[in-house]
Amino acid sequence: MLQPITPLAVTAFTATSALGRGLEAHRLALQDARTGLRANDFSLAPLACWVGRVDGVEQAALPASLAVWECRNNRLAWLGLNQDGFLGAVHAARERYGAARVALLVGTSTASIGTTEEAYRRLDPDGGFPADMLRPPIHAPHSLAGFLAEALGLEGPCLTISTACSSSAKVFASAERMIRLGLVDAALVGGVDTLCESVLFGFNALELVSRAPCRPFDRTRSGISIGEAAGFALIERAEAAPRAPRLLGYGEASDAHHMSTPHPDGLGAELALRDALARAGLEPRQVDYVNLHGTASLKNDEVEAALIGRVFPSGTRASSTKGYTGHTLGAAGILEAVITLLAIRHGLVPGNLGGNEPDPACGPQFAWRNEARSIGVALSNSFGFGGNNACLAFGGAGSGA
Amino acid sequence: MNALAVHVDGVGLWSPQLGSFAALRAILGGTPVPPPARPAAALLPAGERRRAPESVLLAVEVASQAVTMSGCNPAGLPCVFASSHGDQAIMDYMCATLAATPAELSPTRFHNSVHNAPAGYWTIATGCHASSSAVCAQRASFGAGLLEAASLALADARPVLLVCSDTAGSGPLAEVTGSPSPFGCAMVLSPQPGASTLGRLALHLCPGSIADAPAASAVPADWVAASPSASALPLLALLAQGAGRCRVMAAGSLGMDIHLEECA
Repeated sequence: MLQPITPLAVTAFTATSALGRGLEAHRLALQDARTGLRANDFSLAPLACWVGRVDGVEQAALPASLAVWECRNNRLAWLGLNQDGFLGAVHAARERYGAARVALLVGTSTASIGTTEEAYRRLDPDGGFPADMLRPPIHAPHSLAGFLAEALGLEGPCLTISTACSSSAKVFASAERMIRLGLVDAALVGGVDTLCESVLFGFNALELVSRAPCRPFDRTRSGISIGEAAGFALIERAEAAPRAPRLLGYGEASDAHHMSTPHPDGLGAELALRDALARAGLEPRQVDYVNLHGTASLKNDEVEAALIGRVFPSGTRASSTKGYTGHTLGAAGILEAVITLLAIRHGLVPGNLGGNEPDPACGPQFAWRNEARSIGVALSNSFGFGGNNACLAFGGAGSGA
Repeated sequence: MNALAVHVDGVGLWSPQLGSFAALRAILGGTPVPPPARPAAALLPAGERRRAPESVLLAVEVASQAVTMSGCNPAGLPCVFASSHGDQAIMDYMCATLAATPAELSPTRFHNSVHNAPAGYWTIATGCHASSSAVCAQRASFGAGLLEAASLALADARPVLLVCSDTAGSGPLAEVTGSPSPFGCAMVLSPQPGASTLGRLALHLCPGSIADAPAASAVPADWVAASPSASALPLLALLAQGAGRCRVMAAGSLGMDIHLEECA
């Protein structure tokens, strides 16, 4: 039987996505029920679909001292770090605890593969990478974490978790373990994924991409819209910040079913969810809001709607926010963790944008429109290819201590 | 505190020179062994084995060896799969296809391209519903994966499977990945000693330090240099010999001292 964890403080957090840069841009878009999706204008021959693209990444060059790390993914990471005073919070933690006592744990699905794709489009006549692409660290999945470690001067444990679309949810679990075991005093967690040909054409080949803006949990949904995002959070012991929101628990589990289709009964998803509740010491009825994985794929939404219906009472509210941001893949865990923290902070249950004709599989828990209510405890679901499931539990300021 | 202690209950190994941990023991003991056949990954059902990419065959082979030695039931074993570059043949295929004929990208190769493909195939084949993870840390993937797996074993008080493997470089990508040969290894790490325990590892983080030169190990330096995952070899050599100390990288600027003690 799992023991509840000691809650940790989320002392700073931020996100940048198609909704804009930083927390206020996200709060306003959610409050106004305004999507960030647009007709796909990414790449030379764009697929006919909609994407959640971040404006201005092309203009946001890295500082000259970090130029060896140049790529779209690291630019978005840098853009994201520079919102909401987050960079200052990381520097303060590094000063307080020491550079080796702050872990750096980030999730990404494809890291800077977009740059490797570009190298293959511009191969030399002899078949090798062009000179400006001979930068080995950006052609590896650890590119994001390597860049962040150098940009932030962090020298502690530094790990990339790449479990497809659960990646940047699982970083919270690793952070809790490292802090509990005394390996570090704080952890910078987060994730970044950017639009690239691999995911656009890859999901298209799997026939999972919608031609129209994605419609999570809609009866007529027709697939996902791919997005990009950067998000970060700083995790410390609760004593460090009595008034900060809390990481109350987390759960991780495997479907053991199929590489690209969820378990038909949501077995791994339910194990992860119940694991998160057990570590948080909570009953389902105590959960006020669940931010769903809700990709708008036929299978995910069917399985997840049934899961919510059988676990939670009607008073628990649930919604997917992928109609706002698109599915940001390896960044979805952190982006939706940040949206969940915003929901707690502002007492705003975001409506399930795009669900105009609710799937009859959806129960009374679904919030189809925005609702104003106090949220003390909220969960965020993230499920990935390979049957990789994660669930996070957050609470309001000082809860669960 | 920045030290952790875990017990090694099983070891798996595959490289072009070594088909198992027993082969490493034999070579270090002065007995030559013939090069192994390609990773069998016999645990995968025949259909899955045909579909599985090389990265999966390699990881599943070494994972099976370690779990068999440990006597653990893989269905209940959380797992951490580390790899610096994932499946390089698939990455090469994807980038080459996207540059030429993107609309012809294979859906199967795309879903096999995720970094957690070995974890996915393994959990499916073993019916494992416990947590599974896929991690990397550039040249420090073995040390970082060991730290992550040991943390998980101690935090949740249960045995954990660690796998660290890399395929050989492929196509133009090979120029920037520095991994001419495939290499895979696995360990079952347990918080408590048991009947299968080979030794106890004390892991100690050493900020600012660098790893030992491969020359300090009993294994040839060119074996260690041939794959990012082969940075595990000095520790595997200690396990084969019984006890000793080595240092691996746990992150770009974080060394990790490993002290291996025999268990009574």
